[in-house]
Amino acid sequence: MDLINFEATELRLGLPGSTGEQPEKKSTPSPVNTNKRSSSEMDSSISEKQDSSRSPPPTKVQVVGWPPVRSHRRNILQGKKSESEMGSGIYVKVSMDGAPYLRKVDLKVYKSYGELMKGLQEMFKCIIGLYSEMEGYKSEYAPTYEDKDGDWMLVGDVPWDMFLTSCRRLRIMKSCEVMES
Amino acid sequence: MSLAGLARDAGDAGDYFIPYPDQVLENVLENVLVFLKSRRDRNAVSLVCKSWYRAEAYTRSEVFIGNCYAVAPRRVTKRFARVRSVTVKGKPRFADFSLLPQDWGAHFTPWVAVMATAYRALEKIHLKRMSVTDDDLAVVAHSFPNFKELVLVCCEGFGTGGLAVVVSECRHLRVLELIEDEVFDDEVDWISCFPSDGPSNLESLSFDCVESPINFESLEKLVARSPLLKKLRLNRHVSVQLLYRLLIRAPQLTHLGTGSFSPLEESNNENTRETDYVSAFAACRSIVGLSGFREIAPEYLPAIIPVCANLTSLNLSYANIDAEQLKPVIRHCHKLQVFWVLDSICDEGLQAVAATCKDLRELRVFPIDGAENAEGPVSEVGLLAISLGCRKLQSILYFCQQMTNAAVVAMSKNCPDLVVFRLCIIGRYRPDHVTGEPMDEGFGAIVKNCKKLTRLAVSGLLTDMAFSYIGQYGKLVRTLSVAFAGDSDIGLKYVLEGCTNLQKLEIRDSPFGDSALRSGLHHFSNMRFVWMSSCQVTQEGCLDVARQLPRLVVEVFRRDEEEGGQRGDFVDTLYMYRSLDGPRADAPLFVKIL
Repeated sequence: MDLINFEATELRLGLPGSTGEQPEKKSTPSPVNTNKRSSSEMDSSISEKQDSSRSPPPTKVQVVGWPPVRSHRRNILQGKKSESEMGSGIYVKVSMDGAPYLRKVDLKVYKSYGELMKGLQEMFKCIIGLYSEMEGYKSEYAPTYEDKDGDWMLVGDVPWDMFLTSCRRLRIMKSCEVMES
Repeated sequence: MSLAGLARDAGDAGDYFIPYPDQVLENVLENVLVFLKSRRDRNAVSLVCKSWYRAEAYTRSEVFIGNCYAVAPRRVTKRFARVRSVTVKGKPRFADFSLLPQDWGAHFTPWVAVMATAYRALEKIHLKRMSVTDDDLAVVAHSFPNFKELVLVCCEGFGTGGLAVVVSECRHLRVLELIEDEVFDDEVDWISCFPSDGPSNLESLSFDCVESPINFESLEKLVARSPLLKKLRLNRHVSVQLLYRLLIRAPQLTHLGTGSFSPLEESNNENTRETDYVSAFAACRSIVGLSGFREIAPEYLPAIIPVCANLTSLNLSYANIDAEQLKPVIRHCHKLQVFWVLDSICDEGLQAVAATCKDLRELRVFPIDGAENAEGPVSEVGLLAISLGCRKLQSILYFCQQMTNAAVVAMSKNCPDLVVFRLCIIGRYRPDHVTGEPMDEGFGAIVKNCKKLTRLAVSGLLTDMAFSYIGQYGKLVRTLSVAFAGDSDIGLKYVLEGCTNLQKLEIRDSPFGDSALRSGLHHFSNMRFVWMSSCQVTQEGCLDVARQLPRLVVEVFRRDEEEGGQRGDFVDTLYMYRSLDGPRADAPLFVKIL
C-alpha cells in the first residue's frame, strides 16, 4: 500500500478538512492505488492509461455489473436493441421430452449438424447419434425443429444453412413418438 | 415439554395444539405478546429472562431470516413452533449485478424440507434472492393445507411447471406475487391450473416478470371469478386491448400492472379505442398504484389520466417516454408518493414532477443507457429541482452521468427527512463536473444534514475524506454501498470505526486492504454481512479475520468460479457473515471457507 505521506494516514479526531491538506490535488491523484490491482475486466483499459487512471475510462469498456442495474431490467429495456447487437446470434429454445426445463442455444456457434448434435448431447446428457437418410436417428431420441411455417421437421432434412434461417425452435423427442407423427 | 413435538402430533389438523401453560404469568405474557409484531421489540423481549424467552417463542408467528446461512432451519423450527409466516433472504445484493457465481447457493430446499414437518399451519412464505426449484414449490403445495401467500422476489431456479403445482393445489391461495424473478418457460399453462370451481380467494396476482406468454382466456375467467382481487400485475404479453377486457371485469382493483400497454395489432380506429380506455380507467375508482408499461405506445398513456388524481404509486421505469409525454399525465398526480421512472424524461420531466408531486416520498430514476458517456439526459438540474419541489422526500435512487456537489448539498438541506440516499454517477471516478472537485462534500453534507439516514450508496470521484465524513456523521447508517471509490485503507477504517450501526457493507473495486479489514474486527459480529470484491484484501488478511472471529463465516471465491478465490495477490471476492451454525455444508467447490 503506497502512502503519499504519513499525515494522510494519520487518524485524528478533528473535523475533516482541518489539516489544511485539501483534497484538490486528488482530482488527478496518483495512479498507484488503482493500478496495482484492478478487476480483470478493467485491466485492458488501465494498462493503457497508466497516468490518468482516474479519468473516465474509454466508453466502450464493459465493466461487469456496472452500472448497478439489475440484469432483468437492463435486458428488458435493451431487448429490442440487443437482438441486433448480440452479434447476430441465432438463439432458439430447445426442449427435450422428459427434461424439466427448456434451454436456449445459439445456432451460430455450430458449423454443422454434427456439431449441433454434440452440443445438444452435452447439454441434455443424452445420445442422439447421427442422422442418415435411410434410417433416421439410430437412438432413443430424435431432434426435431419447428420451421418458419410452424411445421415440425426432423433435424437434418435440409442443408445446414437453410436450417439456420428456418429453425425457430428445437425439440428432442423420443424416437418412438416421431414415428407416430 | 417439547412444543415442536406437540406441534408435529397435531400436524394433520393444519393447526397448532396449544398446551396448557404451567405458569399464570407466562399465560398472561403470551396474551400480551400476541400483539407485539415488531421483530426488534420481540428480540428485546426474548432477552429479559428464560420465561419471557419461552413466551416470546410460543407467540412469534412471523419469522424473519435476514441471511439464510446465518442459522440452520432446524434451529429456527426448534425455537419457534407456532409460525404462520416465514421470510428468508439469501444471496447478497451484488448477485443482482452478476457479481455472484451462478451456483453459489441460497437454496430453499433445506428450509422447505424442515418446515414441511414443523410448520403445518404455515400460511405465508416470502423469499428474496433464493434459489427455488419446482420440487420446492411442490413441497410447499403439498405440505401446508392453509397456505395463503407466496411472494418470491429476485428468485430463480423454478419454472411455470412449479407455479402450476402451487396454484392448482393451494386452495386457499390469496396472494401470488412474482417480483423480478427468473422463471423458466416450461410451457406449462399455469394460469389455467387455478381451480375453476366457484369463486377464488385471490386478492393479489403479480406475474409481470414472467417472460412466457399466458393463456388469456383462462386469465380473463380467473379475474371474473375473483371478486376479492385487488392487485393484478400482468406481464408484457398482455396487450392494451386485452388489458381493457380485464379492466372492465375488475373495476375494484387497487393496484394494476398494465402489461405491455401497446396494441397487439394495428388499430384501425384510434379515436374510439382511446375513449374506451379512458372510460375503463375512469371506472376503476380504487386504483392507487400503477405499473407495467412494459412496451409502451406513448399515445396510450393519457388513458390513465382519470386515475392520476388518486395515484400514490406510479412505476414508469420500463416506459421510454420523454418529458412532453410525461407532463400531461404527471400534472394530475398530486398525491403521488412513490415514483419510478426512466431518465428518458430528462431534467425537464423531473422539473414537472417537482412542480406537482409535493407529497413525493420515494423517487427512483433508472438509466436507459448504461454506457459511460459524458452526456446524460438527467443531471444535477433534475436533482436540484426535485429537492426544491419534493420536500418530504425520504428515499431516492438516482442514476446520472454527471453531478455537482452543490446539488447534492442542496438536497441534503431541502430534504431533511431522507432515509435512503443512493446516487449512482455512471461515469466512474467522475468529479463534480463544474468545479472539478471530488464528490466528497456532497456526500458529506448528506450524512451530516440528513439525520435519519440509514442507507447510503456513493459514487463519483471520492477520496478518503468522503469516508471520514461518513464515519463521523453516519451514525444511523445501516447499509453502505461503495464502488470505485476511496484512496487507501484509511477510508474504510473511518467507516468501520465510525458507523456504529452498520449492518450491511458492500464494496467493489476500491483500494481497501487487510489493514482496513482488521479495523472492523470489533464490529463484524454485529453485522449481517460484509462484501468486498476486487479490493486489496489478501488471503492472509481474510484468514486473520476468520481466526479471530470464529463465529464468522468467511467465504472467498472468484466470480468466474475458478477455484482458490485469488486473483493475483488479492482475493477476488470476500463475503463474510455471522452464523450460529458454522460454515454451510452446501458450498460449491469454488467457494473457499476459511
